[in-house]
Amino acid sequence: MKLSSFKVLIPALALPLPAFAADLELNIEIPRINAAEYHRPYVAAWIEKPDNTVASNLAVWYDLDMKNGEGTKWLKDMRQWWRRSGRTLSMPVDGVSGATRPVGSHAVSFKGNSKQLAGLSPGSYTLVVEAAREVGGREMLTIPFEWPAKAQTLSAQGKTELGKVGLVVKP
Amino acid sequence: MKTKLTLVTALALSTLGLATTAQAHKAWLQPSQTVFSDKGSWMTVDAAVSNDLFYFNHVPLPLERLQVTAPDGSKVEPQNASTGKLRSVFDLQLQLEGTYKIAMNNEGMFASYKLGGEAKRWRGKASEFATGIPAGATDVEASESLGRVETFATVGKPSTTVFATTGKGIELVPVTHPNDLFAGESATFQLLVDGKPASGLKIEIVPGATRYRNEQSEIHATTGADGKFEVKWAQPGMYWLETASEDKKTTLPQAKQRRLSYVAVFEVLPQ
Repeated sequence: MKLSSFKVLIPALALPLPAFAADLELNIEIPRINAAEYHRPYVAAWIEKPDNTVASNLAVWYDLDMKNGEGTKWLKDMRQWWRRSGRTLSMPVDGVSGATRPVGSHAVSFKGNSKQLAGLSPGSYTLVVEAAREVGGREMLTIPFEWPAKAQTLSAQGKTELGKVGLVVKP
Repeated sequence: MKTKLTLVTALALSTLGLATTAQAHKAWLQPSQTVFSDKGSWMTVDAAVSNDLFYFNHVPLPLERLQVTAPDGSKVEPQNASTGKLRSVFDLQLQLEGTYKIAMNNEGMFASYKLGGEAKRWRGKASEFATGIPAGATDVEASESLGRVETFATVGKPSTTVFATTGKGIELVPVTHPNDLFAGESATFQLLVDGKPASGLKIEIVPGATRYRNEQSEIHATTGADGKFEVKWAQPGMYWLETASEDKKTTLPQAKQRRLSYVAVFEVLPQ
């Protein structure tokens, strides 16, 4: 028993550290909504630890280009993101902030050595995607996953402000 | 006109001071919202005394005693202040990151006496008491009151500088920050009387929108030995919190009784 576990350990130790890393692919669908007044939703995607603290901010899509930073006024409407990390950040955040997206499916991928993922230690996490639309509603989806472990293809289906959200972990 | 205003003021103040009695109206400062992500945001606040939460159906709260404190401790001037028949209203621009306190403090004395066989009443500050009661008054019965009505709003990350206590009357100390309240979660606060944890204070919490339901749905809590109490927020919405107590620690020997009260309005957000 002791001998065999020793044998297993040797190749693991021999590997360089980045071998823990995996790539992550995210697909966020913004559904078509028939509204008299339609605004593109604000969307935040982040990774939470089991205690709900934020391990990494993946993306925040908002009205980035409004004059005088007025687009930040509605960031609080992504309530859980605002509470968990937004209110302590100085927006915009390099590599995280982006402009709002139109109706459709949006693929975003992150390399294991990217700023967003490099700091993740192996373990259980939850992907959280939250969308809030001006004069509209708000929806939040969560997808639990293991990092980096095995290959995983996961998804969650939104009902109102989000369509299908897909998550692919590639070790 | 002047008499009318004074009457309204007196009514509102008596509510602030005598909030212990069961039939008392509810005084409140209701913020338009409490969580902001943009420095320079505007908020508006309604200030009223009413039977129902949060409807304007009794008298406005007069604004003379309004004190707005910014996260850095500076005073903020309310703008567009106005007092109508049923409510007062004012706007605030939140220029700094952190938590603001919007408060009304009432410190006063109340006395009843007889003059020439006629029953009279007097209201004023403790310092005015000596000159306020005419010579020849008999059966003077005086009491003091110290009441606070508060609410809070935060830009960005919540801060706690505005919760620095004065050591006078009932004060609230956050364990859970009042601008970080979510339905389905519990919050803990501590209550102090004269700066010391107050045990056994009875707290009543009523969710807003009473007009659209048939029961008050009040939540009751009592502070423990450490002055702390916990509330579980079942639903999102605005909540009115009140507690009161009485003691004999008056500033003037003529006053036999001191009435203390504390009211706050909290916003609880959905998950």
